[in-house]
Amino acid sequence: MSQVISLDSIAKAPESAETMRQDLAKGGCTSSSCGSSDGPADMPAEIWEKIKDHPCYSEEAHHYFARMHVAVAPACNIQCNYCNRKYDCANESRPGVVSERLTPEQAARKVIAVANEVPQLSVLGIAGPGDSLYDWKKTFETFELVETQLPDIKFCISTNGLALPDHVEEIARHNIDHVTITINMVDPEIGAKIYPWIFFDKRRIHGVEAARILHERQMQGLEMLTERGILVKVNSVMIPGINDEHLKVVNAEVKKRGAFLHNIMPLISAPEHGTHFGLTGQRGPTAAELKALQDDLADGANLMRHCRQCRADAVGLLGEDRGQEFTLDKIGEAVAYDPEKRRLYREVVEAERADHQKARAAAEDALAHAVDTGADAAPMLVAVTTKGGGRLNQHFGHATEFQVYEVDCDGVRFVGHRRADNYCLGGFGEDDRLETIIGALDGVTAVLTAKIGDCPRERLEEAGIVVSDAYAYEYIESSIGAYYTASVGSVDAGRASA
Amino acid sequence: MAYQIIQSQCSVCGACEFECPNGAIKMKGDTYIIDAAKCTECEDQGSPQCASVCPVDGTCVPA
Repeated sequence: MSQVISLDSIAKAPESAETMRQDLAKGGCTSSSCGSSDGPADMPAEIWEKIKDHPCYSEEAHHYFARMHVAVAPACNIQCNYCNRKYDCANESRPGVVSERLTPEQAARKVIAVANEVPQLSVLGIAGPGDSLYDWKKTFETFELVETQLPDIKFCISTNGLALPDHVEEIARHNIDHVTITINMVDPEIGAKIYPWIFFDKRRIHGVEAARILHERQMQGLEMLTERGILVKVNSVMIPGINDEHLKVVNAEVKKRGAFLHNIMPLISAPEHGTHFGLTGQRGPTAAELKALQDDLADGANLMRHCRQCRADAVGLLGEDRGQEFTLDKIGEAVAYDPEKRRLYREVVEAERADHQKARAAAEDALAHAVDTGADAAPMLVAVTTKGGGRLNQHFGHATEFQVYEVDCDGVRFVGHRRADNYCLGGFGEDDRLETIIGALDGVTAVLTAKIGDCPRERLEEAGIVVSDAYAYEYIESSIGAYYTASVGSVDAGRASA
Repeated sequence: MAYQIIQSQCSVCGACEFECPNGAIKMKGDTYIIDAAKCTECEDQGSPQCASVCPVDGTCVPA
């Protein structure tokens, strides 16, 4: 279950800072694959202060900190062609899908139960199903109940933006630093292909008029938030043939209005999801198409590449979902909050972060040195398996996703993750699963892992993918750097002897 | 003169309860029901608010 930062080890009642430290070394998360890849040196101090512990906003933080979503606001004021509100599958992991709806009181109890068990918890988000600001009473009631007990937790909301301008004052009053707006278009003609209708001003409005109102409200809300210094992340669903090219315009428009981060997500679409797009055969983008668009936008608003499109009731580090451990029937009636574990965890993370940053700097240094020695500068994609902590600490056979990095002489950059579990299609034999994995690794030159069996290794090598466990349990960036330097060197050596 | 909610279709999102200007919709057991005595079919709103906001077509319908 846990792919990115497995906190299995950490979360289980660590007794001391020392235990936590050791656990982080085994499998914490100190790598560089979350949100904005910028570190403290790349942005104003007040912004870094706001995002440094938020796994969805900071690439660096997602290795250490966990978020939870509570589904308290299930009603929505728009219909999207990629959403079917009736559908719920516990095997799936995608936005807008949730198993358990909570009242604000139940949600507050759940937050405390999780805070006691998951010391990495730093963010509480309300993200659907439904729209957090359409059903705003439940959203703000939940925040009020939680803030009395956990004053240091960060609140975060996601919205389609239609009701946003009406609630900006309230958002500011609750010290909500982070708001995500899903913006898929700035052209109502394109919007009409994504949104069949909205409910606004007491009536259902269709077509281009609906999309125009939604667009205007989104831009107004975005400007109102950024004027107040609230960080806004924009999510866009990339829909090939509908808004894929157009997202470049969206990127420019939201950047102009002060969006802090732009997260391009691939459309998830399959007939069994029962969505309009699923039923009409609208496909999602391939990993290569997504990366090409993200690369094109690299100079726009900061791009986020570590999004895991998590479930609306997700609990844990990005890439893992411990939601099923904290369903209502598993948490008691009254739960008392014990702040000690979270405080201790934060102390440990401060130290581990510094250590990891040193390792990253050393890796960059080594790569720059490779340039000096005349190595070939062609970039290469390398996939890794990790449970978190920024280390190669997951066995190949346990991986349900791969983190992919691009490496050349300028450094090691996280470019995205590739899933290899394909939602609830189910029923795969091991061989079929390996086919899926090889497909998911399209374009990748090498896989670095903690351990791999002979059979899958041979299959991958037949498919032209090199596998190495030589760097098991090392930091990700330094391993990729070392692998790159060695392999480029050997290519050169090969050429020389040929 | 009243609307009703087809239970098998309802996703229990609560948008109808939120919008109903007559307070005619409430949770009963696991689902929402419309109190026929309070429902006016939103004669003065232009269109029934519950049916207009409901994400599942054919769920809020005339009784």
